[in-house]
Amino acid sequence: MSIDTLEPVITPDLVWTKVRNRTLFTMLVPLVILGYLIYTWFAFDVAGLLSKAQPDRAAILATDSVAYKVHVTKNIRRDQLEVAIEGERRAAYDDTNYPDWVQVDGSNSVVDLGEGYLVEIVDKTMNFTVPGYGVITATATNSGVDITVPPGDQPDWLKTNPKKLDARPTLDRRVQVTRTKIEVHNFFGGWENFWFSFNSDLYGMSFSQLYALALSADRLDPEYSNLWHIVHEFLDNPDWQHGEIFLALLETIMMAVLGTITAAAFGLPLAFLAARNFTPSMFMRFGTRRLFDFLRGIDMLIWSLIFIRAFGLGPLTGALAIAFTDTGSLGKLFSEALENIDNKQVEGVRATGANQLQRYRFGVIPQILPVFLSQVLYYLESNTRSATVIGALGAGGIGLMLVETMKTSRDWENTSYIIILTILVVIAMDQTSSWLRRKLIEGK
Amino acid sequence: MAVAALEQEILSLRKRRQLYSLIGLLLVVAVLVSGYSKSNEMNSGGFLQGLSKFFDYPGEIVLEAWNAGPAFFGLIIQYVPAMLETLNIAGVATLIGGAMALVLAMASTRNVDSWGPLIPVVRRMMDIMRAFPELIVALFLIFVLGSSPVPAMIAVAFHTAGALGKLFSEVNENIDRKPIEGLSACGASWLQRIRYAVLPQVAPNYLSYFLLRLEINVRASAILGFVGAGGIGQELRRTIGWGQGAGDETAAIFVLLFLTIMLIDQVSSYLRGKLVGSGRAH
Repeated sequence: MSIDTLEPVITPDLVWTKVRNRTLFTMLVPLVILGYLIYTWFAFDVAGLLSKAQPDRAAILATDSVAYKVHVTKNIRRDQLEVAIEGERRAAYDDTNYPDWVQVDGSNSVVDLGEGYLVEIVDKTMNFTVPGYGVITATATNSGVDITVPPGDQPDWLKTNPKKLDARPTLDRRVQVTRTKIEVHNFFGGWENFWFSFNSDLYGMSFSQLYALALSADRLDPEYSNLWHIVHEFLDNPDWQHGEIFLALLETIMMAVLGTITAAAFGLPLAFLAARNFTPSMFMRFGTRRLFDFLRGIDMLIWSLIFIRAFGLGPLTGALAIAFTDTGSLGKLFSEALENIDNKQVEGVRATGANQLQRYRFGVIPQILPVFLSQVLYYLESNTRSATVIGALGAGGIGLMLVETMKTSRDWENTSYIIILTILVVIAMDQTSSWLRRKLIEGK
Repeated sequence: MAVAALEQEILSLRKRRQLYSLIGLLLVVAVLVSGYSKSNEMNSGGFLQGLSKFFDYPGEIVLEAWNAGPAFFGLIIQYVPAMLETLNIAGVATLIGGAMALVLAMASTRNVDSWGPLIPVVRRMMDIMRAFPELIVALFLIFVLGSSPVPAMIAVAFHTAGALGKLFSEVNENIDRKPIEGLSACGASWLQRIRYAVLPQVAPNYLSYFLLRLEINVRASAILGFVGAGGIGQELRRTIGWGQGAGDETAAIFVLLFLTIMLIDQVSSYLRGKLVGSGRAH
């Protein structure tokens, strides 16, 4: 009996060697990964980081992004009481019209923080009643603050030193006393002045009131119609800067859309030069492919830095950075798609006597159009995210706005507003692009 | 007669199609033209003025790099540790994100017998994870944890889990169900079916997507460094901040970044070609 030499003979030995190799491999890969993770644990100094982390900042941020505070400030030098949203002068309540939790009697006042927490301000002295703890008394003097606290251990939320008292028994109530002022913060849920600024004539109006106003003929502002006035007041709200944020979002979308379309427009013709079956010249092909590699390799980060230097801040800079990088990426993808087309269609078109251009138009383009469209739409989607990042590098748009509001780290509700809008825009772009993809490619 | 009517209809259909294509094309051109003119207005520096300055900056740093002479290569070596940190951010983020994506994908595809009620929930979750730009998560975590590579790592991993999860579940949808049915016929549990029937089928595609993501994540980590997450991006920000005179250092970082990205691109596209065949390696 002859042995077929083309079929390898399977012996138990061979099987066992394979099984052992396989076992070793299955054991080794997780071990290598684990080893790598341990190495990076130390390389990133995760332990040190965790010890330095400030979870209370996260709590403050979380509170502040869903709540706002009203400051009641007693200025000791001027002997003056001011009640203002977020302590801002332009959002100060009129002294005849204080909120009902602030009672004023001459130079004395009582601030009711709810649930039994009560602050009495008598001249330069502040009495803070904390249920379950006692009364904290602090008096501002010329040299500092005289503080009396109930006997026993001092709780964590109370920080005292001769210059300052800072008590925050709950996350939403806080009292500070220094030599110059007594300041009480009362927190409320929600976003204050979201629709209209505090001193706008539309402040505090309900939706139905606004609706009625928009339809009425009596103009609040003789220059504009009421509807236009409402839109204007909304967009110009100085605390929330709706108008500026919308503009920044538009800039970001413009960067993504313009960049992607430009990249596609340049990538497609260049892809023909890089595809083996369309460009016989090896020199040409090699050159185009290296151009693609170069454009992709430089990366969006470096391109945007170069463009920021040349063109300054704005959507043009971002669009060009995206266009340059993605001409490389899309060009490479298109050229791969071109190399994989079916040549029969092209030959069929040629047989009818079509010239070069007609062969491309009727033999090639219909084959790569689905790939072309779906890749362009994928890139459009991911470029919306990239555009926010490029913006943060300094190209403008919503990214830069986000970094700036975070840096000032004062009004976290603004930051969360921007974040929510950005994510909504990204999701909307995502949905639009997949909808378009379904419509155009699958014809549904 | 009927043939003529049919031809008539085909002709009218084609006409309409051509009209739609023309409208679509015009729309794109209109967006392009109006967009560029508008963005040219909104930009702080115009296109034409900028064009003449376009080569100034690259020229300046290339000149400084040239003047540095052989010391330039020393500079490149000097920034290798920072580059390594960026690579580590990308590596760990892709590993963790990939592991999460695997779990998410297995929980969100009907084809691999995921638990029904969970499927839409996990899908929406992945959509949201994908939509979060890395920048936002990174900035938030930098604020809480301080400037370090870890925030960038978490941010990239979060996004990766969503993005890879979607791709993985698309792979799951196209597998052959026969091995799964065979295994359930012998009474295999769900985990056993996943392990012995699903994973062997999807592993090459998963690995290919994993490598593609690694490539993307290296770029993303470099950029996040620029907003304070450590690695090469942070070094770049520092040298750019020094302004004139530090051009050679900036150039060294550019060169290092370029070389690394090229290397990773080439290696990963070679490996992906081996895994799934060159035709599908994208």
